[in-house]
Amino acid sequence: MFDWFSQLDPNTQTDIWVIAVGAMTNTACALLGCYLVLRRMSLLGDAISHAVLPGLVVAFVLTGSVHIVYMAAGALAVGMLTTVLIETLHRHGGVAEDASMGVVFTSLFALGVILIKRYGQAVDLDPDCVLNGLLELVVVNRVEIAGYDVPRALVTIAPVLLLNVVFIVLFWKELLISSFDPALADTMGLKAGWMHYLLMALVALTTVASFEQVGSILVIAMLIVPGATAGLLCDRLRTMMLISAVIAVASAVLGHFAAVQFNTNTAGTMSVIVGLFYLAAVLLSPQYGVLSALARNLRTSLRIVREDLLGMLYRLEELQAERALQAGEAKQAVGGGWLAWLGLQSLLRRGDVQRQGELLRLTASGRQQAAQLIRAHRLWEVYLVERLGLPLDHVHEPAMRMEHFIGDELQQRLAAETTDTATDPHGREIPPGSQKTES
Amino acid sequence: MNYLTTIVLLGTSALGSVAGVLGSFALLRRRALMGDLLSHAALPGLCLAFLVMGQRHFAGMLLGALLTGLAGVVLITIVCRFTRTREDAALGIVLSTFFGAGIVLSSIIQHRPDGGAKAGLESYIYGQAVGMNRQDLYLIAGVSLAALSIVAMLFKEFKVLSFDPGFARAQGWPTWTLDMAMMGTLALVTVIGLPAVGVVLMAAMLILPGATARFWTDRLGPMLLLAGLIGGATGGFGTLLSAGVVKQWLGFDPLRFGDTESNLPTGPVIVLSGTALFLFSVFFAPQRGVLARLWSEMRLRRKIGRENLLRTLYELSEPALASPAEISIDQLLRRRAWSRPRAHWLLWRATRSGLVAWGPGGARLTQPGVAEAARLVRAHRLWELFLIRGAHIAPDHVDRDADAIEHLLTPELLGQLQTDLAAAGVAAVQIPPSPHDLSRPDLSASTEPDEEPPRV
Repeated sequence: MFDWFSQLDPNTQTDIWVIAVGAMTNTACALLGCYLVLRRMSLLGDAISHAVLPGLVVAFVLTGSVHIVYMAAGALAVGMLTTVLIETLHRHGGVAEDASMGVVFTSLFALGVILIKRYGQAVDLDPDCVLNGLLELVVVNRVEIAGYDVPRALVTIAPVLLLNVVFIVLFWKELLISSFDPALADTMGLKAGWMHYLLMALVALTTVASFEQVGSILVIAMLIVPGATAGLLCDRLRTMMLISAVIAVASAVLGHFAAVQFNTNTAGTMSVIVGLFYLAAVLLSPQYGVLSALARNLRTSLRIVREDLLGMLYRLEELQAERALQAGEAKQAVGGGWLAWLGLQSLLRRGDVQRQGELLRLTASGRQQAAQLIRAHRLWEVYLVERLGLPLDHVHEPAMRMEHFIGDELQQRLAAETTDTATDPHGREIPPGSQKTES
Repeated sequence: MNYLTTIVLLGTSALGSVAGVLGSFALLRRRALMGDLLSHAALPGLCLAFLVMGQRHFAGMLLGALLTGLAGVVLITIVCRFTRTREDAALGIVLSTFFGAGIVLSSIIQHRPDGGAKAGLESYIYGQAVGMNRQDLYLIAGVSLAALSIVAMLFKEFKVLSFDPGFARAQGWPTWTLDMAMMGTLALVTVIGLPAVGVVLMAAMLILPGATARFWTDRLGPMLLLAGLIGGATGGFGTLLSAGVVKQWLGFDPLRFGDTESNLPTGPVIVLSGTALFLFSVFFAPQRGVLARLWSEMRLRRKIGRENLLRTLYELSEPALASPAEISIDQLLRRRAWSRPRAHWLLWRATRSGLVAWGPGGARLTQPGVAEAARLVRAHRLWELFLIRGAHIAPDHVDRDADAIEHLLTPELLGQLQTDLAAAGVAAVQIPPSPHDLSRPDLSASTEPDEEPPRV
């Protein structure tokens, strides 16, 4: 099965192994990270990944071995201890939650550094490696599994990834409810507290499995960023999980090649790449992105300017003004500036308004749209006077704002709710509804 | 103590105390982890400055670190303001990606042919207080003085910003600018501390003194002063401990474990000294400490137990209060959900304070006991009457509520209750009769252990 693999040239083999380890680690973190982000516990991942350090050293001192099982046990114990300590200090010690987190994990980290200094000369625990990770060296350290020569890191992370996936699939419902509504979960007998601790145990386990090769900073990035990015792109947990996994894998692939290109640290590059994914989501997410929101606002403003221009031209026609409106005057009247210019241009392009020299005139299609707008405006004025009893000189301003948001259906309701639907309170004629409204 | 140790000692003490003062503000603003962010986000700035200047230029690198740290803070503010990402996630995102970028840059520096080892970036991540020299000390002293004078000048503004930012905004203060001034000063201190204690432990130096001081005082001024003292003291003590000076003083090594040949790094020892003081405060602080709170809770439990005993005895012997009959423990236990040892304990305590006379035939209220019990019965019954008349609760449902609150009613409140009830035509006498049947054992009160302090 691996015959074809050994035929590949060594560089490609390295690429594949690094990407495989990176992608598995990232996915394992990203899946758990979705829950952390949802439960507003993102920083607990940060805290645990720093705090497991003394657990590793103590496990080594007790067993005299750096075997992954002992390391995992030590990390798991300290990971749980961290969670419990943070909660205890917060609940019973009266320390604010963020402060208690900061105190606990930095103190444990300090303890870890001291223990390493005192016992660590023999331990293969380089704090530098713990923080930065040396993902590029993943191929150096190999083991033989079932006759195949694979990187040791792969053998460590693959079961953890599998465990995480199985946990999420098995406890999908429990995790879902306890993440969004812990009180409901408790009343349903789902033990939200247990879910919390199980989740933290898995975070600790994943952290220590990822530690040696990818370093804690990538773990922190992958625990938080893919989940937060996916959260900007969708509203369903299932989709969020899928998107975050895709982002995790994509940043492993891109991160590896970028790191090779610039001859730099792979784990660091991966966390920068995933940060760029987040930045892209912040700017471009269709629903929640900053630029999308800006575009939506711009479109609405443009529509309002356009409609104001049409309404103005319609009123002038109605008054049988002596001369037509000039383009410059019209733009000034709707606020001026580039927005007014853009609105006028789009009206001219759509053929709703004609321009003769400097003068503007409505076309047939423009007049029809304007009539609908004026109808909305005047029906609203009638409604304000008849039903709310506002004085005559107080209804024009609100109607100017509302007219852009009163559609056919609302116009019908307004016409039904008022008695005088032929003229507005100022005595001007209300244009008839469109064909659709009439029918 | 030699010259080098003195320099380090002065440096870490100054750093510790100024970090404590500024960290207190971060703590009060619920931004304790901002120090963690600032120190992580400083790394890319250090590297960029090195790349731009091409050599190790201390002030330049600190400026770079300051700029990227503040950029991180601004990014968090923007992301929280304009997207649905919450503050904790935003902090984690900026922290990890900035630090990742820092690692990328430092790796690029190390791979450069002209030898990036000169950058000495290692010491910024893990800290190396021992490497401190006279120039560094001057810089730390200068920055500390500057930071403390900013705090002194903007004390009122920072105070309001910490406790009621909405009010500051309503007063028309430039809250954003003030916020940035606070964060900028914090960033400045963080960056100065990085070479000495490193990225992660700098966060601890910012949080620990403030969190410790918070246990001892409720006022901002004393808290800042205390945090500064604690920070300075732990900084100095940690330095002495790791430099082996304490060992010389004591004549033995208090940190004898593992490979004692290797010297302990200063940063972690400082932090753990701070942690020790913090834990001491958690347990032993006079009002907010765990032991003080347990003590006051225990006293409240005792008071409630004694008062429940007195009232039960009073009600059982009510027909003949002038010469109260002896009440047996079994009679008591029918009315209260006490265990037998508990009842014995309560009776023993009440006897010792002279409220009850307890003989082989049973327990009997003494004259002071009757007076004290009368006060409680009055409180209980007035509250019951109030519930019946004022809140329209059925007479057989009021006993339990009154049982919980009777221990906390003040004489003024009782006087008011009696006046109001007398005006309404009830409870004209000093101790009104019980509005409900007392003869049967009170089942509602026995469903729960009644020594729990009432939840108010």
